[in-house]
Order: sequence, then C-alpha cells, then structure tokens
Amino acid sequence: MIENFIQFDFLRHTFLTGLLIGVIAPLLGTFLVVRRLSLLADALSHVTLAGIAFGLFIEKAFVFPYLSPIYSGMAFSVIGSVFIERLRAIYTSYQELGIPIILSGGVGLSVIFIALAKGFNTDLFNYLFGSVSAVSRNDFLMILFMSIAIITIVFIFYKELVTLSFDEEYATVSGIHSKRIHFLFIILIALVIAASIRIVGILLVSALMTLPVAAAMRHAKSYKQLIFYSIVWGELSVILGIISGYYLSIPPGGTIVVISIIILLISIVWNKTKQPATV
Amino acid sequence: MTESVVSLRNINFSYENKEVLKDINLDIPKGSFIGLVGPNGGGKTTLIKIMLGLLTPESGSVYLLNEKLSSFKRWNRIGYVSQKSNAFNKGFPATVFEVVAMGLTAKIGYLRFFRREHKEKVMHALSQVGMESYAKQNIGQLSGGQQQRVFIARALVGNPELLILDEPTVGIDYKNVEQFYSLLNKLNEEKNITLFLITHDTGAMTKHATDVVCLNKTLHFHGKTAEYTQLTDEDLSKIYGHPVNIVVHDH
Repeated sequence: MIENFIQFDFLRHTFLTGLLIGVIAPLLGTFLVVRRLSLLADALSHVTLAGIAFGLFIEKAFVFPYLSPIYSGMAFSVIGSVFIERLRAIYTSYQELGIPIILSGGVGLSVIFIALAKGFNTDLFNYLFGSVSAVSRNDFLMILFMSIAIITIVFIFYKELVTLSFDEEYATVSGIHSKRIHFLFIILIALVIAASIRIVGILLVSALMTLPVAAAMRHAKSYKQLIFYSIVWGELSVILGIISGYYLSIPPGGTIVVISIIILLISIVWNKTKQPATV
Repeated sequence: MTESVVSLRNINFSYENKEVLKDINLDIPKGSFIGLVGPNGGGKTTLIKIMLGLLTPESGSVYLLNEKLSSFKRWNRIGYVSQKSNAFNKGFPATVFEVVAMGLTAKIGYLRFFRREHKEKVMHALSQVGMESYAKQNIGQLSGGQQQRVFIARALVGNPELLILDEPTVGIDYKNVEQFYSLLNKLNEEKNITLFLITHDTGAMTKHATDVVCLNKTLHFHGKTAEYTQLTDEDLSKIYGHPVNIVVHDH
C-alpha cells in the first residue's frame, strides 16, 4: 500500500513534507492553543491565500513561472502577522478584534486577485484543500529547510515561550522581552502555515495546528507531554490522511482533518472512562 | 541609615482624569516586612505596578536596589506574586516543577539551557514552601493554597532580595492563612528577604509584619505595626473615608 509513496518522486516528496508539517504544525499549535489564540491560525491562513492568489496572478499575467506562489503566500502571511500585532496594540481591550479584520481582509484580497487573473485552474483548488501531487522537489527542500529552522528556534526559545504562554505579565516582570518573543512566535506561526498549505490546504491548516493539541490536552500532565502527544497525533493524522487521500482520490486536507477529529473523539471518550475531565 | 531596596520619589499617577496616586514618597528598607493596606481603589496595586515598571508614572522616579528603574536589569532579584496568579488558566498543562522553573527563565537568559543545577534550585525553592512532593503534579489540580505556595516558590527560585505580593491570601482558607504568614516570617527572618505585601486582611498581617503603610491616593500612615494598631477608629476613618475597625485575630 505504501510502495507507491516510495516509488514515485512526487508522492515521496508529499509524504516526507507531510512528516515535517506533522511535527511543526502541532508543535507551534501547542502555544497557540494554551494562549487561546487558535483563531489566529485561521486569520493568517486566509492572508496566505491572498498571497498565493497574488502569486498565481503574477504568474499568469506576466508569465513568470519560476517563483512558487508559496513564497508570496509566506510574505503575505508574515505581513498579516505584523498587522495583527499592530491591531492588538491599538485595541488593547479587544485583543481578538485583529483576527476577523485580517481574516476578512485576506479573503477580500484573494477575491480581487482571482478576479484580476480571470479565474484559475485546478491550482487554486489544490491550495484550498491540499493535494498529494502538488509538492515539487523544490517545495520539499524549502519546507525541509524551514522546518529545521522552526524546530531549532522553538528549541532555543522554549523556556521563554512556555513562560510567556503561562503568564504574560509575570514573564514581563521577570525580565523577559515579552513583546519580542511574542513577535517571534507570530512570525513562526506565519511560516508554519505557509509551509503546511501545500498538503492540508489553506482552509484546513489551522485544524492541523489545533486538533492534535486538543486531543493531547486530554491526557498531558506537563507541557513536554503536551508537545509529545500533539506531535504523535499530528503525525498519525498526516500519515493516514495522505495515504487514504491518495487511494480514495480525496484532497488530503479533508482526510487529515477527519482523522484528527476521530483521534480527538477517541481521546475524549478514552479519558472520560479513566478519570473526570479537568481541562 | 539603612539601605533601601525600593525608593519612590514624588510619584503621581492618573487613570485618564482620575487621580490615583499623589505625591508618593516611600522607602522600603532592606530586611523589612511591610504590609500595604488601604481602601479598594486607593491605588495599592497601581503603586506596585509602578514599582515593577508595568505602569509608567506621570511624574516622579522609581529606584530599585539603588538603581533607576529605566536602567534596572537585575529583575531576578525581585520576586513578584500578582493578584492574578491564582487566576491563571487552570487547564494549562504544566507540572508544579515546570511552573517554578519559569522563575528561572529570565535568570538563565537567552540562548542558554536549563541544566541540572537549575533543577536543584527548583527543588530547593519547592522545599522552602513545603511543596517538593508535588513537583510532578499538574498545577491546575492543586488547591488554591497549594497553588499560591507554588507561585511563591516561583518567585523564590531566582533568589530574590525583595518579594512583592499582591493579596496573596485571597482564596486561601482561614487555617492556611496563618501557615502562609509563618512561611513569610521564616523567609524574612532566615533568608533576610524584604517583603512588601498588599492585603485586606489587616488582622492577620499586623501579627506578622514589622511595618505598615496605609495608602489612599496619598500615604496616610507609614510606621511600625505597633503604632498602626494603636490608631483610633477616628484616624482610620479619615484614611479610608468611612468608618472602619481593624479585626485583630487573637488565638
């Protein structure tokens, strides 16, 4: 069943990329979930869509096929994250207000670029829901490089990220540069989203950052356990999702998310039989 | 003259148009145990936030450990247990050990890692508050009093000179309050840690603190605890703006 994934280059790249995002998306997702910023991923994924639509439009309008739209997606995502932070600083009492503003802004821009390009072919569909055949060798190498960078940065700033996530005021008083660490965190989120869209798609990328974490929350006693289980459930969802998506001819975004939800439901039921829920 | 760990000079502060603090001058001598009392809205938490640089005063200056706040870097020498410590996300998946280790994050510094010596410091801080056997438990599953001890341990792990506590006994049942103050006395006397504590529970506080500061927009009283308990009801109602009486717990 798995031999096609070894035999065919495009499937192998997809599979290996899937393994990478199965680590980085839940890893960053743990911080998003405990800080109650899950929706931030949704907002940034829609801005990424605008960036990709922009990239596809440039590609079509100027016949400039050498730059993958993933780069413009990444650029938009990072710019969007900066805007969300600015809005958070302006509306200090309405911290979540930046999210719908950026989300709708992203969709609005996407519609404009799609219209300017007079519609796209299946490419856009692949970006929305993910694809098993969309990952090129260059995409894979870029995502590999980014994943190494993201994991290294999280490892280096792990203690600061955890302290900040638990209590922002305390982190500031204890002498941590909370704003800078938070900004670094937002940029990392933007990069993870841009890296993940090839496989899970824009509309479902936030699910891969939050669902495995939600499942892991049910049985994690410590933060390290939360990260460990989140990655285990993330990997399981991605592997089963890509394989089943390929054999059933369904975009992997759909299968990955449905498998994540099944894992989440099992962990809820499993935990209920063991002990009363506290989360 | 004794050395001050905190000096406030002519501090003024307003929230929008409401004047909250007016012309505050205060020195916290090293080794003292000061209780800060006063009516709600009298500016107690605001004063602490100004000390810690979380709020910027309109005018006046703050000195921490003889250094101007703007250039102060030795934050690990100051431990802070906020009023909101107890209002943390109870579902946060962290062990007691992990929470106390957060007290070392800034001290260890960027690009450096948590080592065995740090682990020993965390366990030592937990033993100081009598919580070492809870190290592997989830923080959300402890009682309010136990959680408060963990937050004290988090403040102690950096080996502070000054510990600032904002209403630390809120949500702790009466029996444990005494125990809690004995712990503070021990830290104050044995470790020579300066304590500055906001409280509403003046009865319990006056049995343990060496000095009392009374704040209602301006400083109304600053002196030895014995003098504070001598204040008449009339004096106190002037400070609070309404009649009050101190409940002294005798047992």
